[in-house]
Amino acid sequence: MLGRLTWAAIPFNEPLPLISMGVVLIVILAVLALVVIKGWVPYLWREWLTSVDHKRIGVMYMTLGLVMLLRGFADAIMMRTQQTIAIGDAQGYLPPDHYNQIFSAHGTIMIFFVAMPLVIGLMNFVVPLQLGARDVAFPTLNSVSFWLTAAGALLINVSLVVGNFARTSWWNYPPLSELAFSPDVGVDYYLWSLQISGIGTVLTGVNFVTTILKVRAPGMTYFRMPVFCWTALAANMLIVAAFPILTATFVMLLLDRYLGMHFFTNDGGGNPMMYPNLFWAWGHPEVYILILPAFGVYSEVVATFSGKALFSYRSMVLATLGICILSFMVWLHHFFTMGAGADVNAFFGMMSTLIAVPTGVKIFNWLFTMFRGRVVFTTPMLYAVGFMVTFVIGGLTGVLLAVPPVDFVLHNSAFLVAHFHNVIIGGVVFGALAGYNYWFPKAFGFTLDERLGKASFWCWLVGFYLAFTPLYVLGLKGMTRRLQHIPDPSWQPWLLVAEVGAIVIFAGILCQIAQLYVSIRGREQRRDLSGDPWNGRTLEWATASPPPAYNFAVLPQVESIDAFWHMKQAGRNAPAPSYVTIEMPRNSPVGFVIAFFAVVTGFALIWHIWWLVVLGFLAAVVMVLVAGWSDDREREVSAAEIAQIEQARLGPRQPAE
Amino acid sequence: MTVAAIQAVPSVVPTELVRGRGGGGPAPKRTVVAYGFWIFILSDIVMFSGLFAAYAVLSGNTAGGPKPVELFNLRNVFIETMCLLFSSYTCGLGALSAERREPGRFLIFALFTFVLGSAFLIIEASEFASMVAKGAGPSRSAFLSSFFTLVGTHGVHVTAGLLWLVYLVAQVMTKGLRSSVLRRLLCWSLFWHALDIVWVGVFTLVYLMGVE
Repeated sequence: MLGRLTWAAIPFNEPLPLISMGVVLIVILAVLALVVIKGWVPYLWREWLTSVDHKRIGVMYMTLGLVMLLRGFADAIMMRTQQTIAIGDAQGYLPPDHYNQIFSAHGTIMIFFVAMPLVIGLMNFVVPLQLGARDVAFPTLNSVSFWLTAAGALLINVSLVVGNFARTSWWNYPPLSELAFSPDVGVDYYLWSLQISGIGTVLTGVNFVTTILKVRAPGMTYFRMPVFCWTALAANMLIVAAFPILTATFVMLLLDRYLGMHFFTNDGGGNPMMYPNLFWAWGHPEVYILILPAFGVYSEVVATFSGKALFSYRSMVLATLGICILSFMVWLHHFFTMGAGADVNAFFGMMSTLIAVPTGVKIFNWLFTMFRGRVVFTTPMLYAVGFMVTFVIGGLTGVLLAVPPVDFVLHNSAFLVAHFHNVIIGGVVFGALAGYNYWFPKAFGFTLDERLGKASFWCWLVGFYLAFTPLYVLGLKGMTRRLQHIPDPSWQPWLLVAEVGAIVIFAGILCQIAQLYVSIRGREQRRDLSGDPWNGRTLEWATASPPPAYNFAVLPQVESIDAFWHMKQAGRNAPAPSYVTIEMPRNSPVGFVIAFFAVVTGFALIWHIWWLVVLGFLAAVVMVLVAGWSDDREREVSAAEIAQIEQARLGPRQPAE
Repeated sequence: MTVAAIQAVPSVVPTELVRGRGGGGPAPKRTVVAYGFWIFILSDIVMFSGLFAAYAVLSGNTAGGPKPVELFNLRNVFIETMCLLFSSYTCGLGALSAERREPGRFLIFALFTFVLGSAFLIIEASEFASMVAKGAGPSRSAFLSSFFTLVGTHGVHVTAGLLWLVYLVAQVMTKGLRSSVLRRLLCWSLFWHALDIVWVGVFTLVYLMGVE
């Protein structure tokens, strides 16, 4: 009846997971109770859960990413603490089995459910506004994408309570991840949660490529698009071209595990090394899916706060697309030690080093944009400058690792761990936080507290260096990654510094939470009625904050790069707009319902509850069919309604003539 | 299609913006939908490329089990291929009839497409069944795992395409060939043709090269 699921799946005899899961459950139940008691359910359902508005979906993605950041960070600080105390005779507080689950969950969650939602959330919120569009190309599909991502995140967190998670790291390499060596549900949780969220991500890619190429305001030619849109285009093309490889790879591993096939097994002619090849054919483009939009954020932030147009726009676009192509030609550098031979390694080593060229072009473009500009050091700008310094270091250690002989020494060492945290925290996370601080006023109509924002930035920056510089040193001393127990007591001082760094980063996270709280509390004083708090250059600042559902009452006519800057230079005294009826997509519960059944089906697959698999899958299909039948997906916003909304917002700031 | 697309461009946009550099404003809905579906098909083809790559790596790893040349019956596969290729032809004729708002002709061609697609599936299923009966099931060797997964995934796509066709025929019969239904038919026919393209790869790489 319930497949493999028994009471033994709940870890009653392990106090640590039991307590943490108890706390999480209590928090979730408390939030749900609050929502119900306060009567917020109809509001949430109407305005958020069923919303297909790209801005709302963007905010929900960001919320998901920030909440999951807390989960991933909890894993991080548990590992750091284990490594500082489990030295010599001491065994620490995490047994190997639990420790292995924690580093696997940390990596999986941070990449798929923190970095991806943050980046996709920013793209969701910003891209249609910057393009001068009313929404994305397929708004309902966008909601499906989000909810499938959320479904994956939920499923992976269920593993905390019911059963256990994979001990196979975030790459989940076979043969360890095969049934013979990982017989329980851990690997299945990993595979199904990523398959479900992966479908959502592919649909996002399809949606945004179409949006950027087909749904732009009149006059917005390709070379008038803001750089963030270019980087979003590149990232989404990479999603379309790379994520299906991951889907296919996971399908093969699932077939090995569920139907006894032999793709990656040791016996039956399987080839375990095929998995790393396929995995990184997705995995290397994936790091550019994350970093390119972050580069886009920095481009917007640096131009705005330097009061100048971005230096050499075209070289920035070319560098972005160059990285997009090169990202598919370097995957083998993740396993030089496989033994592909000197020629193959030399080729991939050279290609990997080559990526430093377009990246270097970008760094110089940002520097030259700041040069002789009137630089204003707001929180987003601090993140941008902090990124430039930090990312150059991370990039250089990356070039070092791209040299095959060096890689043979440093492969799977703490040096590598330091390198990729250097580029992901210093690049992606700083970019996401810069974007969060930069576009928050646009999303909610009030600014974030600058003092706490800057405090958070400094904690993140200093915390990062404290936490990861020691790992560079330890890597050179020979410490490998993922150690549950530290064999060499002389490493302890370095590990203590790293622990302090993690605590400083935690202080940064606390500052962010405080920043959000303080800003919401004082929102009446922090209102931005202009819609353009930073003296911005691109179209998202041309509309109200928060923007109306239709974004622009009249589609803007674009005549140059930095379209809004150009409009401001030309003078605000535009003729009174004449409004026409706008067709907007209706709310739809499709995404939420499909995701619900996806969770049910995924859970049933993990626990081999076959009747529930059939039921859940059929229910999801029926939902798709019902949605696919409807022709009534749009509602009309009449000209009079628009005039009323616009009057309400323009009223207070119209000049008294 | 192009006529409709050009007519739907808002007339206020100067003509020089429409051409070339993508400054013509948002594209009409039909263009957006078809374009998006093309991108989706590309992603699907990338997924197939992963399965093709796995087959290329593993096709020699028979683990002492049967080899491709002992299992494939080219005559059956040729008939199968012809069924699918002709179903694409009838699918194209059906799409043309739909564009001309001729529901009767469309339904006839849809029926032909469905029959040919089903014939393809039946031949494929009987091939699979005979292989499993010979002890050459998907868990026998890495070659057979990759064979069944690649060809079977294509078969699952064909099955989904047939069910989708039934669903769309029901829409045509209840709602007629209105623009929303036409857009869905356009996506479906793109999907059906794409399955042909994938099958050309399967026929060449798996079957023709397998019996060499």
